Amino acid sequence: MTDFDQLRFTAEHEWVRLAPADAEAGTAPSATIGITAYAADKLGDVVFVDLPDAGVEIADGAVVGEIESTKSVGELFAPVNGTVLEKNAAVEDAPELVNSDPYGEGWLIRVEYTELPELLNYADYQALLGDEAESVQ
Amino acid sequence: MSIPFESRHIGTDAAAQRVMLDALGYDSVTALVEAAVPQSIHASDVGEGSVIPEPATEREVSAELRELANQNSVKRSMIGLGYYDTITPAVIKRNVFENPSWYTAYTPYQPEISQGRLEALINFQTVVAELTGLTTSNASMLDESTAVVEGMLLARRASKQKSATFVVDADALPQTKSLLASRAEAVGIELVELELATTAPDDLPEAFGVFIQYPGASGRIADPRHLIEKAHAGGGLAVVAADLLALTLLESPGSMGADVAVGTSQRFGVPMGFGGPHAGYMAVRKGLERQLPGRLVGVSVDAAGNRAYRLSLQAREQHIRREKATSNICTAQVLLAIMAGMYAVYHGPDGLRAIATEVNARAIALATTLRAGGFELAHEHFFDTLTLLVPGRARALSDAAYDRGYLVNVVDDDTLSVSVDETTTQHDLMQLTLALDAVPRGTATYSRVLPSLPEGLARTTDYLTHPVFNTHRSETSMMRYLKRLSDYDYALDRGMIPLGSCTMKLNAATEMEAVSWPEFAGLHPFAPRDDVTGYLSLIDQLETWLAEVTGYDSVSLQPNAGSQGELAGLLAIRGYHRSRGDDSRTVCLIPSSAHGTNAASAVLAGMKVVVVACDELGNVDVDDLRTKIGEHASALAALMITYPSTHGVYEHDVVDICRLVHEAGGQVYVDGANLNAVLGFARFGEFGGDVSHLNLHKTFCIPHGGGGPGVGPVAARAHLAPFLPGHAFAQKQEHPVVDGTSSGGTSSGGTVVHAGGAVSGAPYGSSSILPISWAYVRMMGSEGLKQATGAAVLAANYVAVRLRDHFPVLYAGDNGLVAHECILDLRPLKDATGVTVDDVAKRLVDYGFHAPTMSFPVAGTLMVEPTESEDLAEIDRFIEAMIAIRAEADAVQAGEWPAGDNPLVNAPHTAQSIAVGSWEHPYDRERAVFPVPSLISHKYWPPVRRIDQAYGDRNLFCACPPPEAFE
Repeated sequence: MTDFDQLRFTAEHEWVRLAPADAEAGTAPSATIGITAYAADKLGDVVFVDLPDAGVEIADGAVVGEIESTKSVGELFAPVNGTVLEKNAAVEDAPELVNSDPYGEGWLIRVEYTELPELLNYADYQALLGDEAESVQ
Repeated sequence: MSIPFESRHIGTDAAAQRVMLDALGYDSVTALVEAAVPQSIHASDVGEGSVIPEPATEREVSAELRELANQNSVKRSMIGLGYYDTITPAVIKRNVFENPSWYTAYTPYQPEISQGRLEALINFQTVVAELTGLTTSNASMLDESTAVVEGMLLARRASKQKSATFVVDADALPQTKSLLASRAEAVGIELVELELATTAPDDLPEAFGVFIQYPGASGRIADPRHLIEKAHAGGGLAVVAADLLALTLLESPGSMGADVAVGTSQRFGVPMGFGGPHAGYMAVRKGLERQLPGRLVGVSVDAAGNRAYRLSLQAREQHIRREKATSNICTAQVLLAIMAGMYAVYHGPDGLRAIATEVNARAIALATTLRAGGFELAHEHFFDTLTLLVPGRARALSDAAYDRGYLVNVVDDDTLSVSVDETTTQHDLMQLTLALDAVPRGTATYSRVLPSLPEGLARTTDYLTHPVFNTHRSETSMMRYLKRLSDYDYALDRGMIPLGSCTMKLNAATEMEAVSWPEFAGLHPFAPRDDVTGYLSLIDQLETWLAEVTGYDSVSLQPNAGSQGELAGLLAIRGYHRSRGDDSRTVCLIPSSAHGTNAASAVLAGMKVVVVACDELGNVDVDDLRTKIGEHASALAALMITYPSTHGVYEHDVVDICRLVHEAGGQVYVDGANLNAVLGFARFGEFGGDVSHLNLHKTFCIPHGGGGPGVGPVAARAHLAPFLPGHAFAQKQEHPVVDGTSSGGTSSGGTVVHAGGAVSGAPYGSSSILPISWAYVRMMGSEGLKQATGAAVLAANYVAVRLRDHFPVLYAGDNGLVAHECILDLRPLKDATGVTVDDVAKRLVDYGFHAPTMSFPVAGTLMVEPTESEDLAEIDRFIEAMIAIRAEADAVQAGEWPAGDNPLVNAPHTAQSIAVGSWEHPYDRERAVFPVPSLISHKYWPPVRRIDQAYGDRNLFCACPPPEAFE
């Protein structure tokens, strides 16, 4: 089960899982990024993902990748400033993971971040979805 | 006795129209249309001054076309430059080119009922991919020159090199260079032209791409490998334009490292047609598939697990991605691509190689003779084209050839080029030798016959080994293969195709006849003016007729598709602003309801797209328009608006909208995709448009060809006319002017030169299909065109009123009326029953229909456009099918059938699905395939079940599947 309280969210329907720096292991703080179940559902069957390679620097708000479904092409926005540590090769081979397990195996990139903008918590994000659902009506 | 053509073209007669009008509560068609079209835009009366003659009968029009044909003179063309005479196998001419089962089909958006042409396109893609040595070919491009432009744009997208420079081969086709120049300028690309055959790799500048013509326009063959390597080393891409016939003997671009190959398939059996239509092509290496513009056919599976074809990667197309699209190209040249693919199927790899070998042998024979006769040839290595160095004598020699009936290419005063093709005979070579006075005399001796292909570039790889290219050698086999494929498909020869915004009206046989006459089909686009006077008369007349009906002053027929017309119109606006020093006017306002192509075209015209909101009815939000105009006042270039709107509604405020834009110094682009709703009742140029494109393949009867060809003329008011697309090789630079806006269409007798950059390779675009639209207007006359509009609007409103109680009609304008199409909202049905728009569309197949437009312009809806050509019986059959399907959905809702197993979710039903194995559904087999009794005697059987869209996009495969896939 996904513990949503461990996740942060963006208005672009992405989730961010933060891992603090580990002094012992000598790792910097990192963020794992994916799209929310709501976004995956809206996109429909995901057929292709185009993700940035490790080492690419990303800036908050910039388009860094694409998520293509049979209906449309969604953009992956960088939710933080930082450098890509790795991309999820499994999702490149099996894009349907974004639909089947958006918060788990369907993660997209892991980033070493230098700056963390203000992100939404789960309750805020749920409220945002509520507004969107209303505006759709 | 002759029956007026309009009664053949319009499907509903007076009695039928009476029934329909009664359902709507109107006295007459005119009263209905005048109630629907806002008073403020009603067309002025042209009266006596009309340039459109009184209608003629079918027989008379055939005779007039014959007279025009007789004014053309077909010489033996040896001009080359990307257009070669070719032999269209008669079995392909009769069974494809002249067969309504192929030419009246629509773009294969409903793949289950389009398997025949999808397989034919897969054949084409396989031919292109294998000959070019690349992984993936698309389903064709508009022509070679626009394909090169798209190659340049693709290179810029895909390259990691930040430079804005694109290197162009000096030996590229001249018309291609001219297109590259105007298109590059608009999007900020800098071109550097180099003689690549003699350029050292180190002299190649830093560039995002390099374009190589292979063989060159001069005929020269040079090895491009070192340049391709160098381009790659700098992070750039290599785009190679290659001749498909030459590639049967020459090393492929892919094997030499090219990233992109482009060109034309014209010489694979498609007549020159004075410039088109032909299928251009584009193929890319692995990794660039998702950058391909246009359409791409791929392999997937259906619900029964059988192999099935479909359009792939549609989510990347411009109608969805809008200004982020990779290109504004929506369409392909399907009919022509199918012909070229079938030429390869019929000849096979050995046949193609034999044709190429013979062409090359003739070229060598000619070279040997000319050398012996004292001529100096520019190049040692060539395939089919010789460049002769004839200081000061080029024109005189060309004249001498002309006198014997041969056309050669005058490069300049000192240089001639001569191209040999599949049709060139020994007799032709002898005549040309005599004309050039190259008969060796005195001490002249024949040199040894030398091979003309460079040794290191001889092709070593196989091609077209798939069984489909090695089976149909006999005409019987070929005829049956073509019949089998066309039987898979649903075209207008089976029934109504009520596709909204596509105007699938009649393509009358009389209109079609002249297209394949040699006097229209056999001309090279750069033939001398004296040889094409019939064509030029027809073109002049059609230009003035189209100007009059749209209220504009001048028309260019050059654009090969609606998208290219849009681009040409926007480039005209850009040229106009810049001519006045208004270089900063670059903002293009586009309503959110617009077709995505509008935005994609604006980007390619160097404009910035700003979206204007629409209200809940889909009309432009005038307050938001005012705000956006205010925000961008001095930067405002244009507003693009579709009329009637993409929602099929006559927008009430259009006059005010145009005025607001003009007051701010902007120009108004009216997208003419929906012209069939106003023709004869309102004129774009009169109510505020400055420029429009039309779709001759919608409103003016050119068939859709299964997804191309199209013609997208651009019509403009006088101030924009000088900026319409010109062409350096046009036989005539001046175009007639019709005084469109002052008195509604009287010929002023003046002329204007279109001096904008070219948008097509040929001066008059797809010339050979213009007789279709010419014949349509000639047979209908002004009054007939108006009646057609009335009948189309009546049919759409009749469908709306009959179906309103079963499906909500989403939008309506004045007096609750729609225009020529109506949108049925299926979202409430989905909410109530779980039945989707897809289910309804596929179930319509079981009822014997092609589905209406799905989920455009609003997701979850069907847009229905019956057109004027359907009769009441067919319209009623459609309405009854829709009502029956609604009842089936209600049964699902009532729990009679489970949501996961009912006739809708399982549609379409194939013969196999009801005959093979046990039947375990909660409805019977009769319900599955004969839901109404009339189908028992007249049934269209879909060849596959519902196709898995996601599977095809996840497992992209775009060539003939290996034979084991058939087992």
